[in-house]
Amino acid sequence: MELKDKLVSSFMAFEDHLEASSPIHGIKNQAIKTFEQKGFPSKKDEAWKYTSLKPVLKHNYSLFPKQETAIDYNDIKKYLIHDIDSYKIIFVDGKYSSYLSQTTHEGIDVCLMSAALSKTKYRLIVEHYFNKAATQDSLSSLNTAFSSEGAYIHIPKNKLVEKPIQIIHFATGNEAALMLQPRNLIVVDENSHVQIIERHQSLTDNPVLTNSVTEIFANKRAIVDYYKIQNDNQNASLIDNTFIKQKQESHASVHTFSFGGKLTRNNLNFYQNGERMDSTLKGITIIGDKQHVDHNTLVHHIEPNCESHQDYKGIFGDSATGVFNGKVVVEKEAQKTNAYQSNNNILVSDKATINSKPQLEIFADDVKCSHGCTIGQLDESAMFYMRSRGIPKKEARALLMYAFSNNVLESVKIPEIKTRINKLIANKLGVNIGFDL
Amino acid sequence: MLKIKNLHASVEDKGILRGINLEVNPGEVHAIMGPNGSGKSTLASVIAGKEEYEVEQGEIFFEGEDINELAAEERAHKGVFLSFQYPVEIPGVSVTNFMKTAINETRKAKGLEEMPANEMLKMIREKSELLEIDRKFLSRSLNEGFSGGEKKRNEIFQMAMLEPKLAILDETDSGLDIDALRIVANGVNKLKSKDNAVIVITHYQRLLDYIVPDYVHVLHQGKIVKSGPKELAHELEEKGYDWIKEEANA
Ligand SMILES: Nc1ncnc2c1ncn2[C@@H]1O[C@H](COP(=O)(O)OP(=O)(O)OP(=O)(O)O)[C@@H](O)[C@H]1O
Ligand SMILES: [Mg+2]
Repeated sequence: MELKDKLVSSFMAFEDHLEASSPIHGIKNQAIKTFEQKGFPSKKDEAWKYTSLKPVLKHNYSLFPKQETAIDYNDIKKYLIHDIDSYKIIFVDGKYSSYLSQTTHEGIDVCLMSAALSKTKYRLIVEHYFNKAATQDSLSSLNTAFSSEGAYIHIPKNKLVEKPIQIIHFATGNEAALMLQPRNLIVVDENSHVQIIERHQSLTDNPVLTNSVTEIFANKRAIVDYYKIQNDNQNASLIDNTFIKQKQESHASVHTFSFGGKLTRNNLNFYQNGERMDSTLKGITIIGDKQHVDHNTLVHHIEPNCESHQDYKGIFGDSATGVFNGKVVVEKEAQKTNAYQSNNNILVSDKATINSKPQLEIFADDVKCSHGCTIGQLDESAMFYMRSRGIPKKEARALLMYAFSNNVLESVKIPEIKTRINKLIANKLGVNIGFDL
Repeated sequence: MLKIKNLHASVEDKGILRGINLEVNPGEVHAIMGPNGSGKSTLASVIAGKEEYEVEQGEIFFEGEDINELAAEERAHKGVFLSFQYPVEIPGVSVTNFMKTAINETRKAKGLEEMPANEMLKMIREKSELLEIDRKFLSRSLNEGFSGGEKKRNEIFQMAMLEPKLAILDETDSGLDIDALRIVANGVNKLKSKDNAVIVITHYQRLLDYIVPDYVHVLHQGKIVKSGPKELAHELEEKGYDWIKEEANA
C-alpha cells in the first residue's frame, strides 16, 4: 500500500481513539481531508522542484509503534547539550520518556502536547493557538491530522526562563521503518524569554521519516531563540515545518545546523504581526555523500518598522545537494522594513550542487531589502597562504570552511551550543584544529 | 642553506623564471631587486612551494635536501617562511588562532607536543611587543580590513612567531610609513642570527639601510642578470634599471 493510502486509512482507526470532545477533533478531521486531497508534494510543485520525496516515501513505515523501548541515558547523553542545566522533553520512538525528561509546571509549563490536548486547564490556550500559525499545505495538514504528541511550552508574562529547553526525539530502530509526526506548540507571552534546542536522532540505520510541525507564538516583547541541530543518520529524513507568529517588539531567531541525514527539508516561516520587531534566520549546512538539505524560508513583513536577517552558509561535498529558497514578502503597509538575506555556498566537489533562489515580493516603497547569493570554491590563494605557514592542506581547508561558516555562530547566545556546533563542524570536516573551536 | 640551480618555472605554460642560480648561506642577507614583472614574487612563491607554478627544470635545495617535491606546509615545517607581497585576508580566523594553529601544526609535524597555552600566550605577548602591535589587533580576523602597513607588520609578527631559518620578505617595506619601517626592520634584525638567512625583495634602498644586505641581485626577465655588494642597490636607485637591461640584452 502506498504511504498516502496507509496514512489515510490508519487515520480512521486512529480517530476512534479520539474523544469527540477534544478541542482539535474538528481540525484533525479537516486536516486529513486536506492531505488526502493534496497528497505528498511532488517535483511538479514549484516549492519542491529541487527536492524529491520519492526515495523517502517508499518504505513501509510503522505509524504507531506498539512496543515501548527503554534507552539508557549513557547511550544518548552525547546527543544532549549535557553540560548545562536544562529542561528536557525527550521522546523515544514517538513516545514520551519520563525517565529521560525533566519537565516543569512551576510558573511555566514545559510539558507534553498529549497533556495539553487532554487536560481542561490547557483548553483555552490550545483553542486559541493550536493550528493558528501552521498553513494548510499537505505535509503540515498530515501532521495536524495525526497530532497527538510533542512538546507543549507555555511561558506566561515576564518570565526569563534561564534554563534552555531541549526537545529531542530518538528513534531506536526497533521498527524496521518508522514514521514520526511530532507536534510542538510554544507560546511565549509578553516580555518573556525562552531558549529552545531541538534535535531528531536515529540510533540505527533503519529508515526514519519525521514530519514535524512546530508552532511558535512570540507575543509582545517576547524573545524566542530556537536552535535546531540536524546531524542525523544516513537513513533518517526530516521534514521540519516551523511557523512563528510574532507580535510587536518581539525578537525571534532560529538557527539551523544541518550536518547530516538523508533528506532534510526545513520549511521555516515567520509572520510579523506588529511593529518594531525582528526575525533572524540563520543556518550552517555542511553535508557530503548523497545527502540533501533544503532550506525553504519565508518572512512575511506585514507592518511597518520591522527587520529580518537571513544568513545561510552551505558547504557541499561529494554528491551532496543543497537548496536555498528564501522568500521575503513586504506588504504595502510594511514601510521602513529592513530585510536582509544572504546565502553563501562552497562546493568542495565537482559533483555537489546547490540551487539558490531568492524571491522578493515587495509592495511597499520605502524599504531596504538586500539579498545576495554566492557559490564558489575554496580560495586557492588563502590555501597557499595558510600552507606556507605550516598548516597542512586538510587543516587549512577545514580552517577556511570553519571561517566561512563562523559568523553564523556569532549570534548563538548559549556558549555550550557554540562549542558543540564548533565540535560538530570540526568533526564533519574531519580535523582536529589546533585551537579550541 | 638555500641552493637554487638553473631554475625554470612557468605558470599556465608561460615561462616566467628562466634559469635562476642562487646560493644563500646561513647568516647572510640577500636583496633581490628588479623591475615590475621580472619574476621576483614568482621566485619567492616557487621557493615556498606554490603549486600553481610549475618547475620545468632545475633544482631547489634547502639544507642539502631537494625540496622541489615537498608541499608548501612541509617546506614551512623545515623553516622556510614567506612574507607575502599581498597578504591574503581570511575572515573568521583571528590572528591569534591562526598563529596557534600554525605553530602547533609545525610542532606536530616535528613530533612535538602542542605548545602549552601559557607559553603560547607569553610568546604572543613578547613578539607583539617587539613589533609594537596592539593586543586588540590579534583578536581581529586575519588581515581583514587591515591597512597595507598593518598587513606587512603582521607578516613580520608571524615570522617572529615561527622563527624560520630562511625568511623571504617580498616587498615588506611597501606600504609602511617611516616609523613602521623602522619597527619592522628592527624586528627582522633582532631575529637575525648566524644560523638563519633572509632574502629581501624590494624596490627601494631605504629598507636596505636598516636590513643591510651582503649581496644584491638584479632579476630581469626571469634571470639574475647582475649580482653585487650592497652598493649595487644605491646604484640602482640612482640610475634605474635601464642600464642593467641594456647590459643584459647586449
Ligand atoms: N598566476 C599567474 N598567472 C599568470 N601570470 C602570472 C602569474 N603569476 C605571475 N605572473 C606573471 O609573471 C610575471 C612575473 O610576475 P611577478 O609577480 O613574479 O613579478 P615581480 O617581479 O614580483 O613584480 P612586482 O615588482 O610588480 O611585484 C608577470 O608578467 C606576471 O604577470
Ligand atoms: Mg612582486
